[in-house]
Amino acid sequence: MAKKSTKVKSSKSSDSEKKQASLIDITRKKFRLGDYLAEKVIKGVAFLSITIIVLIFFFVFREAFPIFSNSKEIKSTKTEQASQETYGAVTDNNTNGNTQETYGAVTDSASKDGAQETYGEVTDKQEPQEQYGVQTKEPASIEGSDKKYTVSAGSGTDDNRSAIKTLTSKEWVPVSEKPRYGLLALILGTFKITLISMLFAAPIAILAALYTAVFANKKMKEIIKPTIELLAGFPSVVIGFFALMVLASFLQGVFHYETRLNSFVGGIAMGIAAIPIIFTITEDALTAVPKSFYEASLALGASRWQTAFFVILPAATPGIFAAILLGIGRVFGETMIALMATGNAALMDLNPFESVRTLAATIGAEMAEVVFGDTHYNVLFLIGSLLFVFTFVINAIAEFYVKGKLMKRIQGK
Amino acid sequence: MIVEKIHTENMFLYYSGKMALNNISIQIPEKKVTAFIGPSGCGKSTFLRSLNRMNDLIDGVKIEGKVMIDSVNIYDKNIDVVNLRKKVGMVFQKSNPFAKSIYENIAYGPKINGINNKHQLDEIVETALKNAAIWDEVKDRLGDSALGLSGGQQQRLCIARTLAVNPEIVLMDEPASALDPLSTAKIEELIVQLKEHYTIVIVTHNMQQAARISDNTAFFYLGELIEYDKTRKIFTNPEKKQTEDYITGRFG
Repeated sequence: MAKKSTKVKSSKSSDSEKKQASLIDITRKKFRLGDYLAEKVIKGVAFLSITIIVLIFFFVFREAFPIFSNSKEIKSTKTEQASQETYGAVTDNNTNGNTQETYGAVTDSASKDGAQETYGEVTDKQEPQEQYGVQTKEPASIEGSDKKYTVSAGSGTDDNRSAIKTLTSKEWVPVSEKPRYGLLALILGTFKITLISMLFAAPIAILAALYTAVFANKKMKEIIKPTIELLAGFPSVVIGFFALMVLASFLQGVFHYETRLNSFVGGIAMGIAAIPIIFTITEDALTAVPKSFYEASLALGASRWQTAFFVILPAATPGIFAAILLGIGRVFGETMIALMATGNAALMDLNPFESVRTLAATIGAEMAEVVFGDTHYNVLFLIGSLLFVFTFVINAIAEFYVKGKLMKRIQGK
Repeated sequence: MIVEKIHTENMFLYYSGKMALNNISIQIPEKKVTAFIGPSGCGKSTFLRSLNRMNDLIDGVKIEGKVMIDSVNIYDKNIDVVNLRKKVGMVFQKSNPFAKSIYENIAYGPKINGINNKHQLDEIVETALKNAAIWDEVKDRLGDSALGLSGGQQQRLCIARTLAVNPEIVLMDEPASALDPLSTAKIEELIVQLKEHYTIVIVTHNMQQAARISDNTAFFYLGELIEYDKTRKIFTNPEKKQTEDYITGRFG
C-alpha cells in the first residue's frame, strides 16, 4: 500500500481512476466473515460449557425433585418407566421383560414373576425378606454387597411421605422395610473428612509452595515443582488402594485406634490427592507476588523468613484461598478414595477415628443398585444436588467474604 | 568537619564473569547528599546496590576489593546482612509499597525488629510519615491500602518506611524518575531536609536534580568512576573531558 501511495504522490498527473483505487476506502463498513464466525464460535463454546453445567444441575435436581412432590405422580411415572427400561445389563433372556427391570448385572436366571424387580446382583432364589450385611453363599453372586430387596408395586407412595421426614434424621438405612434416608450423618461425615484432609494438606502444600517459590534455587525448583505436580494426575484409585492397604495399617499401628478404616485415614489419603492442587496454585500465586516486595522487605532489614511470612504470604492470600477452595472441591467430590479408605459407615460421630460415609461415596456405592425412580434413587440425586449446592456456597463465601472483608483487613481498605 | 561514612577501595564487580564495575575507589562523607550520574548501564545502580548487598539476590555476582562502611568491610565473611540492611536502607526506582495499609507499611520495619508496643509503633509511624512530608496527606486514612495512593505519595511512603527503621545511610535509586515535576520537587526538598540526620546516596538520570540537591557528584561511565568531586566543581569546571561532554549533553 505504501508503495502505491508514494507512486501516486510522485505522479500527480495520473488519472483519477488510478488515484482512487490506491486509496483505502474507509467510508464503507466491510463485513469480515472470518472474524465474525471466529467470534461467534468462541462465544458459543464459552456459553456451551456454562450451559452444560447448568443442564447437569437441572437434571440432577429434577431427579431429586419427586421426593418433595405429590406421591401419586411419582407412582405413575415410576411404573411407566419401570416397564420399559433396561440399564447397563447384559441379559440372556429378554423374553418376559414387560414388568421386570434388570440393573447393572448379568442375569442367568429368568424370573418370570412379573411383580418382582431384581437388581444389583444375580440371585438364584427369591426370598421374601430383606437380608443384608450377611454373606450369601450363592456362587453366582458377583458383588460384594449382599442386599436383596423386593419391592411391591405400590410401596413407593408411603416411602415418599415418610422419606421427607427421615431426611433430617441421623440414620442412613435406605434398604429396609422402613427405609430411613437421614442425610445428616453423611453431611457431617463429608465435612469431617474435608476438614481433616485440609488440616493435613493445606499446611504441607502451602509450606512446600513457599519453599519452592521463595527459598529454593532454580535447580531445586525445577525438580520439586514437576514432581509434586505429577501427583495431581495420580489416579485416585491408586491413592485409595495405597490408603486401604498400607496407610490404614500404618496409622493404626501409630495411633492405636479401634476401627482400621476411618475418617482420619480417609482424610489423609484425600489430603494426599489435594496437595498437588493446592501446591500448584499457591506456588503460582506466590511467584506472582512482585519481586519488588521481596527487595523492599529485605532492604528494610527483614530476614528471608520474615519476608516470606509477613510480606509474600499475605500478598498472595487471594491465590492461596483459591488454592484451598480447589482442594476442598477435590476432596468434596472425591469418590474413590472415600469408598476405599473411610469405612463407609454412616455414623453420627465427631470422633475422627470412627468410620464415616461421605455424600459422594454414597452415590458411588449405591447408584448402581438402586431401583430406577424409587425414593432411594431420588434421594441419591438429592445428594448430588446437595454436593452442587455446597460447592456453590463455598465459592460464594470465598467470593464475597475473602475478596471483601478479609482482604480489607489484610491489605487495608 | 567531614566524616567519612562509606569508603570503597579497588572494588570490582562481575556479573557471571563479565565485569560491571572496574576498580571503584570512592569516599562518601557522612550527612551529605552524594549523587551518582552517568548514562544507562554505566554501573551506578549496581554500585549503589552493592552498598547494602542487594546484589546478593542476583545469581552469579562476584565482588572483589573492599567496601567499607564505618571502617568495616561489609563483604567480610561474618557480616550479618540483615543488620547491615537495617543500617543501610534503600529506596527503589519504582515505588513498591506492600499490599498492606499505610500504617502497616510503616510499622512493618519496626515490627520485625521486635517493637510490638502499640503506643510506640504509633509514634514511630507518625514521626516517619512527618519526616517524609506525607503525614498531612495521609493522617486521616492510615487504615487505607497503600496501593491507593498516588505515585508521588507512594514514593514518599516508601521513604517513610525506610526512615522508620532508623537507618544511618539511605540509598536512593532514581527515586523521582517515575514522578511528575511537582512530586519530584517534594522529594528533592525532602532529601535536602533528610541530610541533617542521614547520609544519602542517590542515583539519578536527571542532572539538574543532581546539581540542585547534592553536595558531591560522581560520574560513572562504562563501569568506571570517571570523576568524583564537589557538585559545583563537576557542573562548572569538570576536569575530565568525558564528564564535560556528558553534562553538556554532547554524548550519552
